[in-house]
Amino acid sequence: MAPLFGRRRSANSAKERLQLVLIHDRTDLTPAELDALKDDLIATISRHVEIEPAAVDIRVAQEGRSQRLVADIPLRSSARRRAY
Amino acid sequence: MTAKVVTITSGKGGVGKTTAVANIAVALASRGQKVVCIDGDIGLRNLDVVMGLENRIVYDLVDVVEGRCRLRQAMIHDKRLPELYLIPAAQTRDKSAVSPSDMVRLCDELRPDCDWIVIDSPAGIERGFRNAIAPADKVLVMTNPEVSAVRDADRVVGLLDAEEKGPASLIINRINPAMVKRGDMLSVEDVLDLLAIELIGIVPEDENVLVASNRGTPLALDGKSRAGLAFQNIARRLLGETVPFLDFEAPNLLQRLFTGRK
Repeated sequence: MAPLFGRRRSANSAKERLQLVLIHDRTDLTPAELDALKDDLIATISRHVEIEPAAVDIRVAQEGRSQRLVADIPLRSSARRRAY
Repeated sequence: MTAKVVTITSGKGGVGKTTAVANIAVALASRGQKVVCIDGDIGLRNLDVVMGLENRIVYDLVDVVEGRCRLRQAMIHDKRLPELYLIPAAQTRDKSAVSPSDMVRLCDELRPDCDWIVIDSPAGIERGFRNAIAPADKVLVMTNPEVSAVRDADRVVGLLDAEEKGPASLIINRINPAMVKRGDMLSVEDVLDLLAIELIGIVPEDENVLVASNRGTPLALDGKSRAGLAFQNIARRLLGETVPFLDFEAPNLLQRLFTGRK
């Protein structure tokens, strides 16, 4: 449906902006608070196992009207660790 | 008879709640149902003018609650249909004149004598909203395909869940198919993705809505306009029928409608 060229259609901006706004309205979690949470999680987990901080993906996912915090935290493999 | 109480609300003002209440009530009544509508917007009475009954008001909702008249005396009969009634809002009183328990009591008194009670909720999430949803068996949330209306609808849907009045059903009003097609208006699918609640109606933008409210003759009385048809479909869904949603992008919609093809 989206046009292939020309200016970006405003309905797409509306939907993307609303997706973010609704997450915050529903969870009371601002983008800044989510970043702080992310940093804390990375720091805590790093105390126990070695992780790939750049590959960490933490976000609020939607399932119907419920939200869940989804964290995908790749561990640094022990084989690679030995090679260092 | 045990009436079902349906409340129409939105959070944001101006999305078309009053028009929807008038039309859904008319559509239900034209299907042989006994319907009482209640204007819940105390201080800002409106449903009476949209329905064309403004010259017949003697008593209002606050008069009933405060015992100045009997319930029957405040029910204005819309003579265009055998069993359609309006209980108007008070124009001069403040919102605190009515409480949620008053609304529950009033609806309980009406329930044995009618099939449907349709309540027009005021905008906002304050006392008037609480009053309007207190007696509801079913809440319909109305929105427009527009960022502020969708955001407010989401807030209201959340509040309804918290008050155990959910799950609400959604009416999307003022869809402009041409704008959706060129990507400059949120589509029905977009709004459903965002709000994640059940859809009960899609009403297209239609100039006839304004013409009808100018005249005080709700569109659903004749049902030849697209918006009037959309409201009749909502009424049929409330009655338990499975009615396919209108496809506004079909070029020969009118032809299909009048040849009876679904």
